[in-house]
Amino acid sequence: MSVLDVKVWRGGAEGAFQAFEVPRHASQTVLDVVIHIQRALDPTLAYRYACRVGMCGSCAMTVNGAPRWTCRTHVDKVASRGKLEISPLRNLPIVRDLVTDMREFFDKWSRAKGQFSGTRTRGDDFAQVPPAGEKRKAADAGIECIGCGVCYAACDVVTWNRDYLGPAALNRAWTLVSDERDVATLERLRAVSGDAGCHACHTHMSCTQRCPKQLSPTAAIAGLKRAVASAAIEGDL
Amino acid sequence: MSYRPQTTLWLAQRVSAAVLGLCVPVHLATIVYAVRGGLSAEEIFARTRGNHAWLAFYAIFVLAAAVHAPIGLRTIALEWLGWRGRSRDAVLTFFSLFIVWMGLRAAIAVFG
Repeated sequence: MSVLDVKVWRGGAEGAFQAFEVPRHASQTVLDVVIHIQRALDPTLAYRYACRVGMCGSCAMTVNGAPRWTCRTHVDKVASRGKLEISPLRNLPIVRDLVTDMREFFDKWSRAKGQFSGTRTRGDDFAQVPPAGEKRKAADAGIECIGCGVCYAACDVVTWNRDYLGPAALNRAWTLVSDERDVATLERLRAVSGDAGCHACHTHMSCTQRCPKQLSPTAAIAGLKRAVASAAIEGDL
Repeated sequence: MSYRPQTTLWLAQRVSAAVLGLCVPVHLATIVYAVRGGLSAEEIFARTRGNHAWLAFYAIFVLAAAVHAPIGLRTIALEWLGWRGRSRDAVLTFFSLFIVWMGLRAAIAVFG
């Protein structure tokens, strides 16, 4: 049985990597490796996961330099020459070991007005939103976000500009701007405009490259830029 | 500065980029054309003196550059130097006026 050389970040921002040797298995995921370390080698290792099947968005970490969802990242795909280096997500404060404090990430969803605002009550009939409509298609393209924070960790603009709302929050805002039932579009466009909003995006596309759900926050941000420009030109902003 | 002027700056940079996208190739082609077979002051003045179309073109070019460059530097100042706020915007407004002054001064000098 072959062995993986694994280095895992321990401690907070001032921590260091600790080396472990982990038995190699067929179809092993990076999360399997982390779980093995915690259960068999060092029970004090802190990390976060829940569903193990790519739905909950809680197990994202930096694996060999790139942010990834660890539960669905096979060791085969990322461990060059049997080596793995696992650290917490970039751009977020480290709580301990592989756990980041995701408050700012989700607070920014709220600042981007990521909440649906409708007018219908339970007494009304269902809204009819044709699946083939352009706005519906735009909303569908971004709606599968699981909030894992991979795009946020991949984004250099977040690193350089700490106020920047980031790809996930802006993607969420775009799905709501594209939602025909939502009535808070202008308020939302104001929330995502300017130096901390969609206009800060440099279209590096790191978010789109790394998104484990193959979404394109870059396309969503471009949509917001167009919508904000139209609103500004019409004097509505 | 609130989101409205920030959005206006973003729009201004995009519009000025479109203007520069036309001006820069014309400018470069003019340089290549002008230096063929050597460059002399007489030759340049013969082309530019009293040429209103030439003056209008370079005035637009200068104004587009004066809008475009400081807005880009504004973002670079934030992202690379962490410099934000009024001091940055005041310095860059001065820089914009400096480009206008230098550019128009040069254009008017070879026109008149």
